[in-house]
Amino acid sequence: MLSVQLEKGYPQFAIRADFDADAGSISALFGRSGAGKTSIVDMIAGLTRPDAGKIEIDGEVLFDAAAGIDLPPEKRRVGYVFQNARLFPHMNVRRNLLYGASAAAGADFRQIAHLLDLQPLMNRSPVKLSGGEQQRVAIGRALLSRPRLLLMDEPLAGIDVQRRNEILPFLDRLRDEVDLTILYVSHEIEEVIRLADNMILVSDGTVAASGAVEDIMSRLDLKPLTGRYESGAVLATTYEAYDTEFGLGHLAFDGGTLRVAGLEMDHGAPVRAHIRARDVSLALTRPADSSILNVFNGRIVEVTDEPGPQVDVLVDIGAPIIARVTRKSAHDLALKPDQPVFTLIKAVAIDKRSLGGQGRTGR
Amino acid sequence: MFELSDMEREAILLSLKVAFWAVAVSLPFGVACAWLLSRKSFPGKSVLNGIVHLPLVLPPVVVGLILLFLFGTTGPIGGFLKNVFGITVIFTWKGAAVAAAIMAFPLMVRAIRLSLDTADPGLERAARTLGAGPVKTFFTITLPLALPGLVTGIVLAFARGLGEFGATITFVSNIPGETRTLPLAIFSSLQVPEGEAVAIRLAVVSVILAFAALIASELLVRRHEHRPET
Repeated sequence: MLSVQLEKGYPQFAIRADFDADAGSISALFGRSGAGKTSIVDMIAGLTRPDAGKIEIDGEVLFDAAAGIDLPPEKRRVGYVFQNARLFPHMNVRRNLLYGASAAAGADFRQIAHLLDLQPLMNRSPVKLSGGEQQRVAIGRALLSRPRLLLMDEPLAGIDVQRRNEILPFLDRLRDEVDLTILYVSHEIEEVIRLADNMILVSDGTVAASGAVEDIMSRLDLKPLTGRYESGAVLATTYEAYDTEFGLGHLAFDGGTLRVAGLEMDHGAPVRAHIRARDVSLALTRPADSSILNVFNGRIVEVTDEPGPQVDVLVDIGAPIIARVTRKSAHDLALKPDQPVFTLIKAVAIDKRSLGGQGRTGR
Repeated sequence: MFELSDMEREAILLSLKVAFWAVAVSLPFGVACAWLLSRKSFPGKSVLNGIVHLPLVLPPVVVGLILLFLFGTTGPIGGFLKNVFGITVIFTWKGAAVAAAIMAFPLMVRAIRLSLDTADPGLERAARTLGAGPVKTFFTITLPLALPGLVTGIVLAFARGLGEFGATITFVSNIPGETRTLPLAIFSSLQVPEGEAVAIRLAVVSVILAFAALIASELLVRRHEHRPET
């Protein structure tokens, strides 16, 4: 387990972070650019010295201001995948990979090279690799130094959207096949939903909230931090069946079955579905003759009180879900807590890219 | 025409020896100074920077005079060297090497520092997170990245050492076979009647040596850049 409490003052900015991450989990450090995420991981890696606090991994103290302990980065066994890969330009890919590896890393080397598909790149110069290839090498290099904790600072940020889809499957495999605590920095909510178990919401240098991704995403009060446009609840589901006649994937969760267009996966695979609030509608009576496939009975938990033209409604349909409706509709339907409603989700509105396998927990 | 006399050959070999030792001895200090100036901030940094660059702006004769005072057998450094190690620097080829090293030092430091400035410190930080301590990081990452500047610095310093005149003649005089390097030999040959032929021959040798050094550095840097990795 990783336990972090740290404080650091900058001329215009202060960092005050306090969070834990379970061993073997992926925790996302999520927040806007400039929220202080990179400063926090730099302090965990030992590249920046905090003013106060304590950092511990599995009971071993890496930093303790009060006790005067401050291990240098090379003694921390914390791997770091930087935003811009930082491969050594004067070494080929193989020598980059082996830079932090011990002499006895042979089996690891083959396994990791296979996992990240690095074999074809071995003798090439890192300068001539694409951004995605560079990041794969950087991940392999960090893994081969046998870290107890892997820090990943927006590893996809410098890579264009098409190339991202080439590297995301490798990150999925990493999560599923390597037993490692990972702290993943990102400002892209879809990445977090796809990859992470837990999220730590960072805002203005402080931790605004932390917990399971589903729990954080269903909190209306955190919406300004999780992103207004993309905001919406995350449902933890299990892949149940594929309707071959109409091409629909069936995802089971506590409130029923969610049908998603065109999703085909292994039976029983855990799937995390991000349902954007703007794709969810509410009705007081069950709509007849409607094109909307997903209709769930629910009960309103909370209605936000906002001056703008729209309000968000948190509904319990067996799992929390958020609907964004106009204030006029909320007024006309007299939406209020405890009221039973029908929740409508268009099957085609669910973005397949936002569906994250949940890895380890299910397989 | 191109028969070199013993005296001329002696001056050339002496110059090469002086320049070689000047570079060899000052290189570690040059790298250390360049690294401090490029990577660290500390009180007195601008003072160090000024001292390093002083030989570039002072008249060489003044540098020679300062060396005379410091390295004379009763001077603070010269006395120490004589009493502790039994080394006399003044009026010997070793003194000529000291003068050449001091005069060439700013050029060496500048070249290496420029190269260090362009080497990304982020790569050093990456090496640290991969388990490399500061020493391993310096020798496996920092120095190889600064190699082009290192080679340039060495060649510039070597060439400057070959050509050193003012500080040398002031500090260690012009003793044939001991401190009469190429430039001093050219100067001396111009003092005697009919010495122009000797002066021109030595000047041609100087040009050849300078060119050879430049070409060698170019080849070294290029080989490093295109080395097939295995």
